[in-house]
Amino acid sequence: MTENKDNFIEIRGLSFGYGNKVVFDGVDMDIPRGKVTAVMGPSGTGKTTLLRLIGAQLTPDAGTVRVDGQLLSSLRRDELFHLRARMGMLFQSGALFTDMSVFDNVAFPLRVHTGLAESMIRDIVLMKLQTVGLRGAASLMPAMLSGGMARRVALARATALDPDFIMYDEPFVGQDPIAMGVLVNLLGSLKKALGLTSLIVSHDLAETAAIADVLYILANGSVIASGRPDELQNSDDPQVTQFMKGLPDGPVPFHYPAKDYSEDMLGESA
Amino acid sequence: MNWCTESMVSLGRWGVDTVRVMGRATLILFLMLSRGGGGQGAFFPLLVRQVYVVGVLSLVIIAVAGLFIGMVLALQGYNILVGYGTEQAVGQLVALSLVRELGPVVTALLFAGRAGSALTAEIGLMKTTDQLASLEMIGVDPLRQIAAPRFLAGVISMPILACIFSMVGILGGALIGIDWLGIYDGSFWGNMEQAVSFADDVMDGLIKSVVFGVVVSWIAVFQGYESMPTSEGISLATTRTVVYSSLAVLALDLFLTAVMFGDL
Repeated sequence: MTENKDNFIEIRGLSFGYGNKVVFDGVDMDIPRGKVTAVMGPSGTGKTTLLRLIGAQLTPDAGTVRVDGQLLSSLRRDELFHLRARMGMLFQSGALFTDMSVFDNVAFPLRVHTGLAESMIRDIVLMKLQTVGLRGAASLMPAMLSGGMARRVALARATALDPDFIMYDEPFVGQDPIAMGVLVNLLGSLKKALGLTSLIVSHDLAETAAIADVLYILANGSVIASGRPDELQNSDDPQVTQFMKGLPDGPVPFHYPAKDYSEDMLGESA
Repeated sequence: MNWCTESMVSLGRWGVDTVRVMGRATLILFLMLSRGGGGQGAFFPLLVRQVYVVGVLSLVIIAVAGLFIGMVLALQGYNILVGYGTEQAVGQLVALSLVRELGPVVTALLFAGRAGSALTAEIGLMKTTDQLASLEMIGVDPLRQIAAPRFLAGVISMPILACIFSMVGILGGALIGIDWLGIYDGSFWGNMEQAVSFADDVMDGLIKSVVFGVVVSWIAVFQGYESMPTSEGISLATTRTVVYSSLAVLALDLFLTAVMFGDL
């Protein structure tokens, strides 16, 4: 496979499953360098699993994942951790360290990976918290934050080291309209100011489409469509139309696979 | 399949699962102790904090249990020995029982219940709330940052706690034997000094407690790390830590006693 330098991440023939459940079956995907890529799709299609495969927290059953030219499966353990230090990830739950204050959570990557003086770390942490509107909450413990605030702190922590690449797992969930607007602007400005490569997994179509350069739609274990958001908005493909317009009826099933409803309700007597 | 075949299949599956778990536990132990992985932060402060959490916070239960067990040993020993007119040997009975056996074993059992279960629950909850995963994505190896300090803190704390248990137990024995039952203190301490050998008894007890420290801490950290990320999973892992640790301590104690004192 030849590597395209324009892509920060290249995924080829990716297959993965939990037990007998197939999540991905031969997925190909490119995440272009310096752009915002969004991955959307119905619940349970493996969007979060995709992020964990890119972060090498899960190992594919088949296929390859290449991050900045490095094949993940060929990296030694220490090389993998060094690569991860150049990546940021915003977890759906925030995943803040519960025994540390907001300040210490954001300072943690800086203390571990840089030899910066504590005074400089303080300045950086306060700047990062200012961007997410939580400088005043620096001394609070994670248990004192709402879900939306915790995710904003996690965003500040994920960007603390100014990574080359950042993955966002549902960044807009639980945010009030004001915070949502600020976050959308922030994600866009991170790309412009730092040339950051971003991958967003989200269900918030309008917000995600507003900042994404490339959009992938996943369903049934594969990529059913990809392209610019405006292209997909105007797509004729019934699967894409159903998802982009939020229609209940269409080729993408709303229900998790199950046996016939009446048979299930009436049992053996049906 | 008849029952015989089914039994063979079950046995085979159990064997494979057991080998797989042992292999995984050994790998985690190796990765914990190796210097690989990410994270350049200072390790010593993490270790000191865990020695406090695991060791210092276990002091009260260890000291109180040691005191009562020493007292009971002195009482029981006196009641038996007085029939033979050898109640002066209560001191050596208490000391040898504590230093050789009860100190390391009871400390390990209490340690598994107090600190081992807490370690498992803490690591399991960190896994459930994605804190371990977020450490990985920050480029820090959770085995080095979270598991290794807790494991080493357990290994360091256990012999110290066992020594404290034995010392407090001997004091408890003296309290009952000398102050309550009226045994002559010169013979109580003198017999003890003559009977207890530092090189054999104290060192053997110390070796036992180090072995128990390794086993209990290893089980606790492994169970937390491998727990299912659910509330039920953490509950099961915590239970397994206490049960497996207790059984392992008792079995290992028999083996070590046979090697040290039984000329095996």
